[in-house]
Amino acid sequence: MRVLSKTERHRVRFVLNGEPVEGYAEPRLLLTDFLRHEIGATGTHVGCEHGICGACTIRVDGKAVRACLLLAVQAEGRRIDTVEGLAGRDGRLSSLQAAFHRNFALQCGYCTPGFLMSLSEYLERNPAPTEADIRLALSGNLCRCTGYAEIVAAALEAAREMATKPAG
Amino acid sequence: MKPASFDYARCDSADEALALLKEHGDEARIMAGGQSLMPMLNMRLVRPAIVVDISAIAALSYCRVEGAAVEIGATFTQGALEAWPEVGRRLPLLAAALPEIGHFQTRNRGTVCGSLCHADPSSELPLCLATLGGEVVLRSARRRRTLKAADFQLGLLTTAREPDEMVMAVRYPLARAGFGYAFREIARRHGDFAIVALAAICNGATVRLGVGGVADRPVVREWANLDAGGLADALNEFAWGLDGSDDIHATARYRREMVRRLGKKVIEEARRCAS
Ligand SMILES: Cc1cc2nc3c(=O)[nH]c(=O)nc-3n(C[C@@H](O)[C@H](O)[C@H](O)COP(=O)(O)OP(=O)(O)OC[C@H]3O[C@@H](n4cnc5c(N)ncnc54)[C@H](O)[C@@H]3O)c2cc1C
Ligand code: FES
Ligand code: FES
Repeated sequence: MRVLSKTERHRVRFVLNGEPVEGYAEPRLLLTDFLRHEIGATGTHVGCEHGICGACTIRVDGKAVRACLLLAVQAEGRRIDTVEGLAGRDGRLSSLQAAFHRNFALQCGYCTPGFLMSLSEYLERNPAPTEADIRLALSGNLCRCTGYAEIVAAALEAAREMATKPAG
Repeated sequence: MKPASFDYARCDSADEALALLKEHGDEARIMAGGQSLMPMLNMRLVRPAIVVDISAIAALSYCRVEGAAVEIGATFTQGALEAWPEVGRRLPLLAAALPEIGHFQTRNRGTVCGSLCHADPSSELPLCLATLGGEVVLRSARRRRTLKAADFQLGLLTTAREPDEMVMAVRYPLARAGFGYAFREIARRHGDFAIVALAAICNGATVRLGVGGVADRPVVREWANLDAGGLADALNEFAWGLDGSDDIHATARYRREMVRRLGKKVIEEARRCAS
């Protein structure tokens, strides 16, 4: 065990979307702010900073979680995935992203990274969801623009497509 | 909304955490899943000198049958319990309550024990523990003790835990043959804290009902050999006795009505499961 002093910045290293990254953080720095300001990965958005809106959802060791409820120092040694990692290296959208695009599942797009990261884990757990399943799974992500219908449609379409073509 | 500054320790064992609690007492805060603590830190409702992070203590991430109870260690998450293949058979009340706790993303980190320690009056897990009559295992550098649910949760966000103590585990009694279990709650949106939450355990003769979200902690009543009229009277008396108050979520009157109506439903459901 090491006690990290509040007055210093400490080195934090983890694997972000498959690549090792590192930066420095005081213990109180939120992982959202570390990703955005220290690493420069601004895909993860910040809405409420108390766990309600879901805009900051990322995956830590595969699990979808709120990045605003994690400290940067807690990410040490973890595998972190953010929205930047969803598309292929050639820039091709993932099935989920493409379904969002086709279904107009975003307007301002502020909530979108959170929805995508939540769904990316959820559809792995439940590859054949019903509409009710999707609505329940998305209860932790708020969108002020779309009214959700398009988001639910996109999620169902992506699930169907991924079932026939598991690679994407 | 950013936390005030604090020292931070990522513990690898309970002994490390207990040593820090002994050293810092009140000034230290344990962090388990952080799903209640981090919002409080972000809003600066709490300003600990040191955050003692226990979430990476692998030895406490367990869930196993011990005698007549399921024992769940301090770092076992709500999501892991939900995914435990035996939860439906061993802990049917919790299997029904778990999906109501926040969202799957908060359950991915939030722990079972953390919810008990936070002691929110409308939380599902403390209500289930009180209704089932379970117990909490505490440890400090000097002693180890076990408290019944009712002796542990003392009021709004208040437990009997001493500043140098850590909750090591919780024991939820196993489902018993001949008993039925049911859970219901009402909230504005799925995942919100419950306005009223109800847990029922019934067999042929007895009815036990726990209510959360109304008083400052879960309250449990048990009755024997009630007919339909007797049940309605008992529920009405229980609803008034909880002494709920108006808040931004609902009026006291609405809460009484929910105890009466949803209480009846949840009891009927538990009776059906028992037969
Ligand atoms: C959007 C959202 C919705 C939510 N909805 C609900 C809901 O509907 N119902 C509900 O019940 N909860 C809800 N919660 C809170 C729930 O998710 C938390 O998991 C739970 O209240 C605390 O568990 P934790 O492991 O996250 O504990 P933490 O947040 O880490 O800790 C909570 C408190 O308990 C103390 N503590 C934790 N573990 C121990 C231990 N082993 N020994 C001693 N002290 C300890 C901490 O010091 C702190 O004071 C919600 C949270 C969010 C963000
Ligand atoms: S910014 Fe994290 S949940 Fe809203
Ligand atoms: S698209 Fe604007 S908040 Fe969802």
